[in-house]
Amino acid sequence: MQAKRRYLLLFMSCAFLLYCYYGNTSFKSDTCKSKLNELPSFATLDDLHLKPSRQKRNPASATQPCRMDTCFDFSKCGSDPKIFVYPSDGTVSASYRKVLSVIRESRYVTRDPNEACLFVAAIDTLDADPLSSEHVSDVASRLSRLPYWRNGRNHLIFNLYAGTWPDYAEDSLGFDPGEAILARASASEIMFREGFDISLPLFHKEHPEKGGVPPAATVNPFPAQRKHLVAFKGKRYVHGIGSETRNSLWHLHDGNNLILVTTCRHGKSWKDLRDERCEEDNKEYDKFDYEQLLANSTFCIVARGRRLGSYRFLEALAAGCIPVLLSNGWRLPFDEKIDWRRAVIWADERLLLQVPELVRSVPPERILALRQQTQFLWEQYFSSIEKIVFTTIEILLERVLAHRVSKQRDLLIWNASPGALGTLAAYGDSRSHYPIPSPVLEAPSAPFTSLAPLPVPSIPQMAPPHTPGNSFTALLYVQATSPALHKLLANIASSEFCGKVVLVWDSERAAPSLKSLSRMAGDSRDPLPVIVVDATTHYPGEGVSARWQPLWAVPTAAVFSLDGDAPLLAEELDFAFRVWQQFPERIVGYPARTHFWDESKGSWGYSSRWGSLYSMVLPGAALVHRATLALYAASGPALRQAVQRAHNCEDILLNCLVAHTTRRPPLKLAQRRRYKPPLHHKSLWSDPEHFVQRQSCLNTFATTWGYMPLLRSVLRLDPILFKDPVSTLRKKYRKMELVSS
Amino acid sequence: MAADLLLKASKHSKYLPYRNFLYHRFFVGLLLFIVISLVLTVVFNAFSGPLPRTSVYESIDLNKRSKVVLSRNAPFSQIRSANCTYWDCFDVYKCGRGGHDKITIYIYPLKDYQTENGNSISQFSREFYLILDTIKHSKYYTTNPEEACLLVPSIDTLNQASFSKSEVSQALQSLSHWNNGENHLLFNMLPGSPPNYNPVIDLNTSKAIIAGAGFNTWTFRYGFDISVPVYSQIAENIDNTQPKKKNYLIISAQLNIPENYLEDLQSTASSSNDLLLLDECKTGDVLDYTKRCEYTTGREFNYPDILKEGLFCLVVRSARLTHSLLMDVIASQCIPVVISDSVVMPFNSHLDWHRIAMFIPEDNIKNLLKIISSVSNERRGELFWQLRWVYDKYFASIEKITLATLEIINEKVFPLAARTYEEWNMPEHLYGPSNPLFLPVTAPKAPGFTAVILTYDRVESLFTLVKKLVRTPSLAKILVIWNNQKKAPPPSAQWPVINKPLKVIRTKENKLSNRFFPYDEIETECQLTIDDDIVMLTPDELEFGFDVWREFPDRIVGFPSRLHLWDNATNSWRYHSEWTNQISMVLTGAAFHHKIWSWYYTYKMPSEIRTWVDDNFNCEDIAMNFLVANVTRKPPIKVTPRKKFKCPECTNTEMLSADAQHMAQRSACVGRFASAYGHMALRPVEFRADPLQYRETGAGVPHAYPDIGAL
Repeated sequence: MQAKRRYLLLFMSCAFLLYCYYGNTSFKSDTCKSKLNELPSFATLDDLHLKPSRQKRNPASATQPCRMDTCFDFSKCGSDPKIFVYPSDGTVSASYRKVLSVIRESRYVTRDPNEACLFVAAIDTLDADPLSSEHVSDVASRLSRLPYWRNGRNHLIFNLYAGTWPDYAEDSLGFDPGEAILARASASEIMFREGFDISLPLFHKEHPEKGGVPPAATVNPFPAQRKHLVAFKGKRYVHGIGSETRNSLWHLHDGNNLILVTTCRHGKSWKDLRDERCEEDNKEYDKFDYEQLLANSTFCIVARGRRLGSYRFLEALAAGCIPVLLSNGWRLPFDEKIDWRRAVIWADERLLLQVPELVRSVPPERILALRQQTQFLWEQYFSSIEKIVFTTIEILLERVLAHRVSKQRDLLIWNASPGALGTLAAYGDSRSHYPIPSPVLEAPSAPFTSLAPLPVPSIPQMAPPHTPGNSFTALLYVQATSPALHKLLANIASSEFCGKVVLVWDSERAAPSLKSLSRMAGDSRDPLPVIVVDATTHYPGEGVSARWQPLWAVPTAAVFSLDGDAPLLAEELDFAFRVWQQFPERIVGYPARTHFWDESKGSWGYSSRWGSLYSMVLPGAALVHRATLALYAASGPALRQAVQRAHNCEDILLNCLVAHTTRRPPLKLAQRRRYKPPLHHKSLWSDPEHFVQRQSCLNTFATTWGYMPLLRSVLRLDPILFKDPVSTLRKKYRKMELVSS
Repeated sequence: MAADLLLKASKHSKYLPYRNFLYHRFFVGLLLFIVISLVLTVVFNAFSGPLPRTSVYESIDLNKRSKVVLSRNAPFSQIRSANCTYWDCFDVYKCGRGGHDKITIYIYPLKDYQTENGNSISQFSREFYLILDTIKHSKYYTTNPEEACLLVPSIDTLNQASFSKSEVSQALQSLSHWNNGENHLLFNMLPGSPPNYNPVIDLNTSKAIIAGAGFNTWTFRYGFDISVPVYSQIAENIDNTQPKKKNYLIISAQLNIPENYLEDLQSTASSSNDLLLLDECKTGDVLDYTKRCEYTTGREFNYPDILKEGLFCLVVRSARLTHSLLMDVIASQCIPVVISDSVVMPFNSHLDWHRIAMFIPEDNIKNLLKIISSVSNERRGELFWQLRWVYDKYFASIEKITLATLEIINEKVFPLAARTYEEWNMPEHLYGPSNPLFLPVTAPKAPGFTAVILTYDRVESLFTLVKKLVRTPSLAKILVIWNNQKKAPPPSAQWPVINKPLKVIRTKENKLSNRFFPYDEIETECQLTIDDDIVMLTPDELEFGFDVWREFPDRIVGFPSRLHLWDNATNSWRYHSEWTNQISMVLTGAAFHHKIWSWYYTYKMPSEIRTWVDDNFNCEDIAMNFLVANVTRKPPIKVTPRKKFKCPECTNTEMLSADAQHMAQRSACVGRFASAYGHMALRPVEFRADPLQYRETGAGVPHAYPDIGAL
């Protein structure tokens, strides 16, 4: 039959049905639209442009809690804010002694209270619990007697334990901090003065002053699950504040995947306070080892104790066990800058029983990311008291900088390598100014604005160069003119990527006058600009460190640090730069050295012997990032003094510094020949004393940092066809291998 | 044959009448059904209006407001508790009914509350309608107040001036589930009234969460309240075009700058051309908000068009801490310069405002020019390109603002559902994906690596390879992927006797992608994918390769390398295997990489690429190189001089005719993958890694890796 007609009929009736259904609703929504337009806007333009009816600045009154704008005096904080530590007065606990000593040895410190931006009292305020053995009494009166106290203005006060049994009140410090900035552990959301106080992690008495334990989870397997899913082992209080959460943990314990064991055994009178579960709990508790649990669990419960913070937060972080927080209202350490969402899981004490379900739903990729971040944060900011204190100071100094010049480090610098302690806040204002190990895609540049002349007083401030850039600056350190220098200068002139030459002249004799270097014949580019800086007049007393001082003359991120007589070809300069562009955070260069542990002497040894490993690449012929050299200039006073005294070792210090901040070894490039000690240095280099000196430098650096920062590597980077048995015509870098050794 | 056919035909025709009958009945039935349903629909539509629905909870109707008269003596709600935190003013037990990652939100029925005199207690504005409408259509909406995690009173409190404070607090108290405001959400954009302009809504909100604009750091309850922008109708009409050049460094187009700051700005503007200071036009009595005039010359400009001409635009604290101007400025892609101490920026808990704006303390307003002109070009670029993206994503309409607010609350309740900092703040089209292996470490040597051998049936060569592999000290395990479904792998007795664990996995399908499956048996971080015929690699080379990988654990580390080149003649990418001075790929016939890349290859790579590889049995290595380079933005590392695996001596016979086709196909792969990613992900480099002592003769120093093969 007429199938066509039937189908048509069917189709039409369906269409009609649909129309009936949707037509109705669309009709309805039409009325909505018109109704919507009838409604008035929430505010008229007059409402939006209300004039202030009276002048008011800083609506803060005395009753409101402090903020940086209201309780901090920025006038003393210039471009280089300093900290004054009051002279010691009375006994302090071991922990506070460490805190004071790291500040006193840091680059932030000043001896003159009049130029200080921040003050740190030598009165131990760490433990405000009168029941504790380390409690110091009469803190309040001693603080108020401080000569520059002024109700605590611009003072920084450290506190780990506030309050006492039974309520552990957060505000009972035993003194009134007034307008002082409190750096405190176990800070709660309610008491915290936003943008003013700083939250600290709770650390043990044994927490190392310097160096610190390296992160434990060096392996990053995928999927990243460990033997147990969740673990907790700790005491519980049975009664009183903060006991609820830990008391109910046993519900989740299953002895295999979820290990949550608690004990009531603590204090002298635990037997009097125990409840019916104590016996059973103690039995389970003894089955597991705390360290083992940390190492073998994917997640670790960090439950509040009497106070909000607990030691296990740092312990879990160090072990790469992802913290699961059961501590409602806790302000995590340094959360002003550290994005904790990358490293911890927030659980809710009220939803304790949902924790297993919560952590099971974390995808494996996220677990891997979380664990890596715990390791990063531990190593960057928490593994020693020095790091914790420096992080506190850096946060404060960054606030000062933000106030003065509206500049601060990107949060991604804080939360990813190289971290804040390995960068100078004042150096740049974009991530692309810093040596970042992973290549950063950059935003395109902003549209050009027509340049109008600046008002007279403003000094054109040079913004730091962009990383990695397309050219390098050769920074030569010259003590005497020699044929080798002229040869090197000629080679630099014919290099493809060299943009500028800065010659640091460190000699009694007058500096040579050089305006520009002529390029090779046939090169269309302009002659190479040269700047000669006389170190003896510009940087008297700096010694060998002067070689990296004139950064103001360096317009590129890549700095090729060269000895005046380094036997490098133009090709080698260019190849090094091409490699460095891939690794701007490392030292990339030619002469390699190594360090070793000398069992017989029980100290570190320095070796220039040729072997299968290296841990240093000497900046006599190496590329370094400009920001790294700026960091070198700001390194700790103890380190710089060691270099100054020895008149030597600046290259070792630079290597240690880079290894310390990046935790990566340097990169050695193609071995054209052994990098021979320059001729006129021969006496110096073959001098055993010189060697002993370098050895002792190495040991000084290791003690100053608290560990040996250098890392070893076994590889070197060669051009692709280096020394391959193919026609040299195919090779781009052919002269490099033609030179006989 | 013919008879057969005939028989079939007759069989067929025999059933024809019956089939016809069925056919007929089916259609009659269908028509009947349609007619009945049609009638029912009409009847239902006609009568559904007045009839009460049978369901208990119905979706809110935003177009009907029933009148309710508030008694003068009705109780007031309690004053705002200033110390609320999420932990003690929010009942989390009410949440979780919407699944494990979604809150539920209820909207109170729309009512027109009136005083006993018959005055409405609050104006019902278009913006508030849109907020409620957005919630209603969002995934969070629920019709059941008992199930709701968050309750939204349908009283418009957006503008302090358009509601009456005491009556609204009475109305709030009268809400059926008010319970001291717990789990309630109130929206507000213009808080405070003259002369003091309280920086928080003047209303007894008890424990309710306030999604408000204009908070300062004292009134904002961190982790509890949500800071929102002041919506601007003007901004919504600003398009995303940009002039080629910005004519002014800084523009101030704000009308209500406090006088003492205005004086500072005037003195700055008079000494520099960099600051264009605009004020209202002094023409006529009525203020024309679409015009601005330069302060001194009186030159007239159109607002908001003028904002696009500036690179930086001022937003100064005025009566309230934030303005709708901020939205106009961001939409115009002019970098905001916020001069407003202790202001809480919109969505500050999740948006990193230092990527969007410059902040200058009020004390420093005199240094404005100095500060702005010292902003580096890189930072200008970062800020500038962020603006429109942020605007379109979070601020472009009431709907976006509302959804961002709800998402922030949702993330607080379900922290695992939270998006990362990068997802909130870094536009992927600018900054690319993030590297899953971001920790800069040298991987430890002790766990070793797992060799994954893909094999089909070359048993002899496989056994040679296995015997050779086990001599590599760091080898932890061998995994043989048996890709031949037709043939079983040889029985265990025939396998070479080795001192390392070996496991055979039989695959279900002969696919190239099987080599990159993240098998559970791979327990080490590092895996060596190796073809069953690559028997020329020495243990020293493999060990060295592993050592190099340890230093670059997020890259592919391999032996022979390849390069991609742009061919100007054909206008396409070309795959290159000649003697080049650069590399951008390494062959995965023998390459080390982290196991996570296998997981990425299997689950995260664009599926079109994986399908293409499996269908064409080629280019899996190119796909892997693209994948890693795209995520990490790093090139692979080539180790040792090896150039090819097969027939290393025959240099000139490579381009045989069979090979030519192979090369053409691989060139096509490069082009195809580049377009799949939208850009050329591969990056060429000029170096390779060699052992430190390679080709060096030291004075009696033993080499660490003596046996490095050539070419």
